[in-house]
Amino acid sequence: MNPFKALMEKPWLADPRPAEAIHGGSAARMTTLKAGLWLFLAVVTALFLLLGSAYFGRMSMPDWTPLQEPRLLWLNTGLLVLSSFAMQWAATSAHRERMAGVRAGLLTGGVLAVAFLAGQIAAWRQLSELGYFATQNPAYAFFYMITALHGLHITGGLVVLGAAADHAWRRDDAATMRRAARLCAIYWHFLLVVWAALFALMLADNSGAIHIIEYFSSLALQLFEVGAASY
Amino acid sequence: MTDVPILEEDQELHDPQSFITRYIWSQDHKVIAIQYSITAIAIGLVALVLSWLMRLQLGFPGTFDFITPESYTQYYTMHGMIMVIYLLTALFLGGFGNYLIPLMVGARDMVFPYVNMLSFWVYLLSVLILVASFFVPGGPTGAGWTLYPPQSILEGTAGYEWGIILMLVSLVVFIVAFTMGGLNYVTTVLQARTTGMTMMRMPLTIWAIFTATILGLLAFPALFVGGVMLLLDRVLGTSFFMPAIVSMGEPLAYDGGSPLLFQHLFWFFGHPEVYIVALPAFGIVSDLISVHARKNIFGYRQMVWAIVIIGGLSFVVWAHHMYVSGMNPYFGYFFAITTLVVAVPTAIKVYNWVLTLWRGDIHLTVPMLFAIAFILTFVVGGLTGLFLGNVVVDVPLSDTYFVVAHFHMVMGVAPILVVFGGIYHWYPKMTGRMLNDTIGKTHFWITFLGTYAIYFPMHYLGFVGVPRRYYSFEGLEFIPESAYDLNRFITIAALIVGAAQLLFLFNLAWSLRYGRKAGTNPWRAASLEWQTPQTPPKHGNWGPTLPVVHRWAYDYNVPGAEADFVPQTVPQDGAAPPGGVAEAEP
Repeated sequence: MNPFKALMEKPWLADPRPAEAIHGGSAARMTTLKAGLWLFLAVVTALFLLLGSAYFGRMSMPDWTPLQEPRLLWLNTGLLVLSSFAMQWAATSAHRERMAGVRAGLLTGGVLAVAFLAGQIAAWRQLSELGYFATQNPAYAFFYMITALHGLHITGGLVVLGAAADHAWRRDDAATMRRAARLCAIYWHFLLVVWAALFALMLADNSGAIHIIEYFSSLALQLFEVGAASY
Repeated sequence: MTDVPILEEDQELHDPQSFITRYIWSQDHKVIAIQYSITAIAIGLVALVLSWLMRLQLGFPGTFDFITPESYTQYYTMHGMIMVIYLLTALFLGGFGNYLIPLMVGARDMVFPYVNMLSFWVYLLSVLILVASFFVPGGPTGAGWTLYPPQSILEGTAGYEWGIILMLVSLVVFIVAFTMGGLNYVTTVLQARTTGMTMMRMPLTIWAIFTATILGLLAFPALFVGGVMLLLDRVLGTSFFMPAIVSMGEPLAYDGGSPLLFQHLFWFFGHPEVYIVALPAFGIVSDLISVHARKNIFGYRQMVWAIVIIGGLSFVVWAHHMYVSGMNPYFGYFFAITTLVVAVPTAIKVYNWVLTLWRGDIHLTVPMLFAIAFILTFVVGGLTGLFLGNVVVDVPLSDTYFVVAHFHMVMGVAPILVVFGGIYHWYPKMTGRMLNDTIGKTHFWITFLGTYAIYFPMHYLGFVGVPRRYYSFEGLEFIPESAYDLNRFITIAALIVGAAQLLFLFNLAWSLRYGRKAGTNPWRAASLEWQTPQTPPKHGNWGPTLPVVHRWAYDYNVPGAEADFVPQTVPQDGAAPPGGVAEAEP
């Protein structure tokens, strides 16, 4: 459906086509679930974008002290990448109707996601053993909160996946399993993208991101002032 | 579209049998809608009583010993928060949205009924947490409904101990509930429309609720983020929003936070929230006017575009709530422009409502009275919005009663009038009986004239500089004696208007049993919800087969047609639909 074309319709005029040709009726279950999932991911995107922009805004203040990210985060990132690959494997197998692949993929992906969570907790412990807690400075506060919310997001995915898989396993319901695999792949890729963006943001401020921001903001302001003056 | 329509295997049609599954743990959108509405109205009554207490203090200062400065701040904080979020948002989207979306687009239920049920129970939990804050030591928070840090989480603000924590937790829980409901509303509109129901054949009520829900889904995360961060500042002692600060003579451990960041997050949610409440009101009022003036809505397409454009603009005006916080003049300039631009699509809507009424066959039924009252009130409230949108006007007026008058007119009274109009209009569908007309008209006139008596004088109080949020005006020499008289008058009006709402509640209860039988379509309306086989609709809404839609929802007094309205289910050639047209009653 092209939204612009839809908005140009003139519903008060009689349409001689049969009703089925005008709009075919309600969509299939899979399409509906997918639409719901995308919508939910849009909400989560808004949430992380806002967090990111708050972080970004705070980062560009002069008194900002960046945090030293634990090396462990790189390993965790690797685990999440592998987890996403496993989910893709499950989804592809679902597409080709290979049930063994679906099961193996979902299981591997789930286990790797749990490993990622364990790794994040280990990173927290490393930091707190060094004496850095959320109250240290805003950088640590943001780090703990962002990783916690991202972890919560993964946990939510795992719970839903667990429930669906459990249901499908016990009833030997191949359709549900395939459905779960396809939706999980979307969700997991999204988790990975969000994590990559957040991690990049955290790393960026170590290497002089403040200067980059300052440069661009002063440039923007100058342009604006020039524009306003000429006006 | 290559998709197969939902088959009957997916749509388990068996009626839930036991009382518990039918009325308590129900997954039926109609039951959930009523649960949402009752909860929202109940908590709204608490907010109403709080406003009475505030008015008693303002009208008769010093007469009531139990109203202290601290409790006064608690009253206005909780009043604002409850009215905006727990009453209006929940009632328009959880109540009207839940009830009307599946019926108006021709679906059997929401697409995720289980999630929909969870949404209500989580909402109820958030309300209970909110209510609990009245009973903890120190009482609810008195930080003002905007909860600005640092003041909101510092000692000395009422409810510092527990109130603020419960408030923030309740908001976070509410947002979870809203998201679960919102996903349902949007996905149902996109995916579960019946055969022939294109987006542009939907009634404006659905367009408005649909757009408002999208706004909510994208805006509430800002409040979620802000709420969680403020909670961490209060509980763990992080410094997201808290600068280095000295409180009660003691330097606190906070350091380096930005209070302004909270204001940005709050208003990035807060402004779209205005339209989350206003858009459903716009949509419902369009349908009420069209049905009760027996005319198609004037400029349907413009109305849809205006809804979408207002929704989009609502995300780029938020800083007009922060003029007094100070900002780069260029930003103020930008936000003033965007704010004033909102007036254009809004004015289009107002013109179209008036043009729909123009030479219409106007029936002054109770829903119609409320709809017309909405237009008048909304215009008054909207015009003062144009004043306040300008930085130079806003700065001196911002902390006065002028602002109280503005937002109560535009997003308090106006939407509430539509809530009433909507309930009078759809109550027959929900219960099968009409609400009592005489009580309804009495309720209308007291509410309509009474709210003008309350809020109109407040504009003048604002002009003479009477500050809002003040417990007492003692020692403020510039306030004339007449302002005190006016305050007494407003208080008496507020008590009367509040009491009149009991009339409405009585009407709801009384008519359930003794109201006139309504039949399937008492207003002779064309839209789909009035074409159900039973009234009130049974589980699954449509009996064995889904309806087929052949036209838009506004075919009133079509040239050449026999009846003065043509239901959406009637084919274009005029032959009767397979199920037969619902019986029209005079």
